[in-house]
Amino acid sequence: MPFNLLVLSCLAYVAMLFSVAFLAERRAAMGRIGWLRSPMIYTLSLSIYCTAWTFYGAVGYAARSGLEFVTIYLGPTLVFVGWWVLLRKLVAIGRQQRVTSIADLISSRFGKSNFLGVVVTLLAVVAATPYIALQLQSVTLSFGVFASGTPEGWALPDRDSTAIWVAGGLALFTILFGTRNLDAKEQHHGVVLAIAVEAVVKLVALLAVGIFVVWGLAGGPVELFQRIETSPIADWELQPGRWAGLLFVSGAAVICLPRMFQVMIVEDGEERHMARASWAFPLYLLLMSLFIVPIAVIGLERMPEGANPDMFMLTLPLAEGQGALAMLAFLGGFSSATSMVIVESIALATMVSNHVVMPIWLKLRPKAAMSGDVRRIVILSRRLAIVAVLTLGYLYYRLSGGSAALAAIGLIAFVGVAQVLPVLVGGLYWRGATKTGAAAGLVTGFAVWIYTLYLPSFGPGAALSVAVFEQGPGGIGWLRPQALFGVAGADPLLHSLVWSLALNTAAFCIVSLFTFPGPVERMQGVAFVNVFDAEGGGPQGWARGRAEPEALLVMTQRILGNEAALALFAAEARMQGKDGYLPDATPDFVAGLERRLAGSVGAATAHAMISQIVGRATVSVEDLMAVANETAQIMEYSAQLETQREELTRTARQLREANEKLTQLSVQKDAFLSQISHELRTPMTSIRAFSEILTEGDLPPEMVANYGRIIHEEAIRLTRLLDDLLDLSVLENGSVQLNLGLANIQQLIDRALASASHTRPERVFVIHRDLPSENLFVRTDADRLVQVFINLISNARKYCDAAAPELRITVRQKAGRVSVDFVDNGSGIPKQSQAIIFEKFARLTDQTRAGGAGLGLAICREVMANLGGTITYLPGQGGAAFRVMLPLRMEQKAA
Amino acid sequence: MKRARSPLFLKRDSYRKRRLRDGARMLPVFGLFLLLLPILWAPAETEATDTARDGLYLFVVWFGLVVVAALLAPGLAGDSSTDEGEDR
Repeated sequence: MPFNLLVLSCLAYVAMLFSVAFLAERRAAMGRIGWLRSPMIYTLSLSIYCTAWTFYGAVGYAARSGLEFVTIYLGPTLVFVGWWVLLRKLVAIGRQQRVTSIADLISSRFGKSNFLGVVVTLLAVVAATPYIALQLQSVTLSFGVFASGTPEGWALPDRDSTAIWVAGGLALFTILFGTRNLDAKEQHHGVVLAIAVEAVVKLVALLAVGIFVVWGLAGGPVELFQRIETSPIADWELQPGRWAGLLFVSGAAVICLPRMFQVMIVEDGEERHMARASWAFPLYLLLMSLFIVPIAVIGLERMPEGANPDMFMLTLPLAEGQGALAMLAFLGGFSSATSMVIVESIALATMVSNHVVMPIWLKLRPKAAMSGDVRRIVILSRRLAIVAVLTLGYLYYRLSGGSAALAAIGLIAFVGVAQVLPVLVGGLYWRGATKTGAAAGLVTGFAVWIYTLYLPSFGPGAALSVAVFEQGPGGIGWLRPQALFGVAGADPLLHSLVWSLALNTAAFCIVSLFTFPGPVERMQGVAFVNVFDAEGGGPQGWARGRAEPEALLVMTQRILGNEAALALFAAEARMQGKDGYLPDATPDFVAGLERRLAGSVGAATAHAMISQIVGRATVSVEDLMAVANETAQIMEYSAQLETQREELTRTARQLREANEKLTQLSVQKDAFLSQISHELRTPMTSIRAFSEILTEGDLPPEMVANYGRIIHEEAIRLTRLLDDLLDLSVLENGSVQLNLGLANIQQLIDRALASASHTRPERVFVIHRDLPSENLFVRTDADRLVQVFINLISNARKYCDAAAPELRITVRQKAGRVSVDFVDNGSGIPKQSQAIIFEKFARLTDQTRAGGAGLGLAICREVMANLGGTITYLPGQGGAAFRVMLPLRMEQKAA
Repeated sequence: MKRARSPLFLKRDSYRKRRLRDGARMLPVFGLFLLLLPILWAPAETEATDTARDGLYLFVVWFGLVVVAALLAPGLAGDSSTDEGEDR
């Protein structure tokens, strides 16, 4: 087959992939995702597990080590068949936390620690570099097979230039379809569909070659069975340690390989898809492995001694003259290599840009989260990372010379990425796993792997000197890289696997036991371990944040793009019941936004960027204390509010009482007005009547005298009433003239008793007095004070309803004030009336209408106020009791 | 005692569902056992070349796992975290 036809068909195939990816992207952009995200596509995309290492290398592996190669596919089979145990949880966490890579998952689980992200990224890049080199090598080798097989003697000009063309083309494809969008979740529909197509191509190619070999060359399955038994492969012996170890390491790798994580969790992780893949993916692996041994056996039989078994897939059909079949096989191998490189470099570029470039960039330009175009920077850094990863792979290929057997390189990478497994599983199921523990485990495992497997893989004398191999570093025998702690003679791969993972796990567990996780770590730990218990429930807690929605919007636009960011914010605003584009930056919203951004730039970077706006890097204990402090302040404030509220209630009650009193007074005033008219009218009526009789004349003189006396008395009553009213108004105006002088209380009381005895003189009162205590001189207006006393004594005489009425008068002097109590033994004044007795026009009963119009006590109150004292009712004294308080020395009021 | 809290007679459907999940958890364990079994018929001791038969055995087990997983998968999918009770 002409070589340029091969190149042409190769280019046509690549063009086909381009158009498939392009159409898928366009379909997705129009929102018609549909079957682009089906379990079928998902399962096929998982097939990137089968790289060129599988396609070419498995046959070589089988030719060298018999059935051992199946362990590489049986491990993943067990993991997928048992998806309910681990993968389901991983998928759920990936969706909930919007994980972008395995480094992001580890970083996110352990408190969004960027250090862990960097370690995992570094590990992944180191492990993946030879793996990518392996793909370049296999493509170059396959080109070489065709070139040397051409009748024209078309010698391949330069292996290196082939590799560089391949690497360049892959970089272009990856950049075109892998970094087009920076979606919330790192999904690349075009790439995924292209990989699915490639998965079909490689399966069909392998099955076609297999069927040709079994039925075309071997003469059917039964015949083949005999040939296998007699072939050199049958000399293979199962090594129990390697068998179990490879089952384990391949199972670990299928979870931890960056590209597997990318397609399994990041691109389209969904439980429904996972359920289908749980059996479909193992079935795919089974079909891929089914014809490996037959091809190896027949290849060993038919091909000349010394032929490279890694290339039997191509050389066997070519030798049998099946050019078209060889072409198909070539495309299958090409597909395997390209799909792996594309996805791997996307996964690695995401990790590098999210965990290495972005944090450094943010640190160098802290304000850039706001001002710069983050979106552009992220995409640029990803593109550069893709180029860098492929360049590394190419350099590794150039330096290593591409001589090592394919299988060996693949296994070294497997052991490397398996170092993530203890931390991953521990983080998923053990809440006590800490960041420090994870870092210790990862670094330990990484170091042991590098030392015992990676560096020795370059051969003695290359990376490590021969002396180190034989005597250990510095002559320390138990540190020999392939006989650590004196365990010599073991298979190097198994030796490294056991020691690296054992020390890794031990460091992780022990350090975790002795360290204390930070608050974010603990919250993330709960969110991961209990992912099925509570959906959502952001563990971030931006409760104390003071984020400006506008600043958040600006930043989100930089990452998600204008339209997407505006749509997101508008939707949130609508949900909050607001118009426009700016929702309130509620803690829930900010936490959701962080997860959304984490889908683009990784958890640690998103956290850092949001922190710059919200103004808080992490939730530290100080923060929690500050929150507690704030809470205390709020509680205090609410207590103050409570006090104020009570005060208000009290005031309102007082107002209500005052209002009641006013209403009552108003009623009384009305009653009094009618009464006073009546009071005025009664004497007026009798005066008028008697005076009319008198004017008629013709009356006996004694009757005239009698009528005249009545008229006189009524006139006096009127006068007294009017005097009282006048007196009261004078007192109330404060314009009364006081006649100050020294007076003896005892004499004043004597005068008052004498005057009051005219009131109801028929009643006999017993007066209790303590004369010595009354012997006090006060400076006051004696006449006014006597007026008060008279009033009180008269009231007692009038209203005391006891059968044997008594009146007790007690005088006390205290602190410059004198109190005089008048207590009788009657029924007293009911409580509801005590408040109004001092008001004008108050009269409790009409039972005894001995003069007065209810003005007495009101006048007393005004008098006492003018004298600088008070008059109060004393409740609970066994009768009506009044206390008059007055100053010992009354000063003349300033006018 | 979680067992004591749950009712004695569970709904038939949810009971079956739980056992299905138990099965899904056990499947990889059974699979691992069957795949490690070839270690026992220590190949070094038998002179007979049995690579083909070993291969046949492995592929039969492999296919069996695929079939069982395919039978379990429809029952497991879809009821993600509805009643992921502790009592299983």
